[in-house]
Amino acid sequence: MLIAENITKRYQGKATIEDVSITIRDGEQVSLIGPSGVGKTTLFHVLSGVMKPDEGSVTLNGDHITGTPGRVSYMLQKDLLLQHKTILDNVILPLLVRGVGKKEAKEQALPLFETFGIAGYEKFYPSQLSGGMRQRAALLRTYLFSGSVLLLDEPFSALDAITKADLHKWYLSVAEKMGFSTFFITHDVDEAIRLSDRVYVLNGIPGKIVGEVQIKGEKPRDTEFLTSEAFSAYKRTLLELLSKA
Amino acid sequence: MKQKPRSIKSKIYPLMLILLLIVLWQALCMSGVIPPFMLPSPSAVLKAFCSEFRILLDHSYITLQEAFFGLSISIVLAVLLALVMEQCSVIRKAVYPILVISQTIPMVAIAPLLVLWLGYGLAPKVTLVVLTCFFPITIALMNGFQSIEPDQILLLKAMGASEWQILWHVKLPSAIPSLFSGLEISVSYAVVSAVVAEWLGGSAGLGVYMTRVRKAYAFDKMFAVIFWIVFISLSLIWLLKRIKRKTRPWENIREESNQ
Repeated sequence: MLIAENITKRYQGKATIEDVSITIRDGEQVSLIGPSGVGKTTLFHVLSGVMKPDEGSVTLNGDHITGTPGRVSYMLQKDLLLQHKTILDNVILPLLVRGVGKKEAKEQALPLFETFGIAGYEKFYPSQLSGGMRQRAALLRTYLFSGSVLLLDEPFSALDAITKADLHKWYLSVAEKMGFSTFFITHDVDEAIRLSDRVYVLNGIPGKIVGEVQIKGEKPRDTEFLTSEAFSAYKRTLLELLSKA
Repeated sequence: MKQKPRSIKSKIYPLMLILLLIVLWQALCMSGVIPPFMLPSPSAVLKAFCSEFRILLDHSYITLQEAFFGLSISIVLAVLLALVMEQCSVIRKAVYPILVISQTIPMVAIAPLLVLWLGYGLAPKVTLVVLTCFFPITIALMNGFQSIEPDQILLLKAMGASEWQILWHVKLPSAIPSLFSGLEISVSYAVVSAVVAEWLGGSAGLGVYMTRVRKAYAFDKMFAVIFWIVFISLSLIWLLKRIKRKTRPWENIREESNQ
């Protein structure tokens, strides 16, 4: 369980995010939505440990990890695969960084290629893969960081609608199978409703959590759900929270 | 494989122009407008080149040796300095302007001093090569480090990577293409500056040979050696491009899959 309590981060005296508290329970898929510039990425930097908050604390399963990177998996907006490494070498990077031997890291990663849908691409270079495949590889690398909580900053935003819908379905099945929880940043309200058990709305200057919406409904959520009244109701609630600034 | 005809085509125009210029030059000499003692004809240059070929090879060996040592030392120095400057911004701010200013010093003016300080052997030549080659390599490497996406480094930090791990996995591999573009400039500088250093003293080398034939007013041999140096420089650049391709397998794959 990842808990952030009363996080405040200031830039040159001005608060970007203020008094933000977040809880991600084990196995839960949670989204964070908010207008651009509201501090979503700042919050993720703090949660991942690459940035120290001015106030507040972050704990993972009871351990204090405020300002400690490497404990929570983090995927930035771009896939950021290193073009000079093969997919396998890219994917095992977080293990190498942690001090795992190269051979052992490969043994650990190889069985997961099947689960992440990139089996057979181990020896390819990133430039040879399509956007969707690169994203899967980046997700596997992110999973190998820590494997319990994944922070994903707009993981599907660069993909076209069809690839996106496929990846959503696929992602949820992998998350369930591997049992990790995810915290997504997204601009896309539909995507948030489709993927999440819960949605946080970050809004205002400085950014504060202005609402938290529980999404019910079986997953994967197909076309029927996406055209249902329940879906519209969630969407209305979230859009209202987004416009309140 | 579609690229091949295009690359041949793009080479055909400059080659034809060069051929045309040589023909013009030959015609000019044969018509007697320019007396042969001032400008030898291309055919005379070719004849001189063939008769002097063995001697040229022996001298080239010395010059190439100097260029090679100088270039190797330059690479080591440039990598070290670029790394230090990358890891410590105070050093970068202090050293960078001095590096730029040092490049405005004419190396030809320094060469006689080097001979006075270091004698007539290998040392002054290698030093001059280092002085000319080291700067472009350092600048290219620094640009390579600077062009790395900041998010890429942030990602490694999020993994909990140390400065050394970031250097090893991201910064050094990303700087290799820049190292090569710096080397492509430096490699021709290396040959030329070795030759310039040899003008001022020594017992062997293409520069020494040049001085000798100039003093003998053997212009045909002079042109032969000039073309020979051009050929050596071009060959070295070609060789470097080959090595560059070998170090970047992912680029070759991309080219193939694009076709």
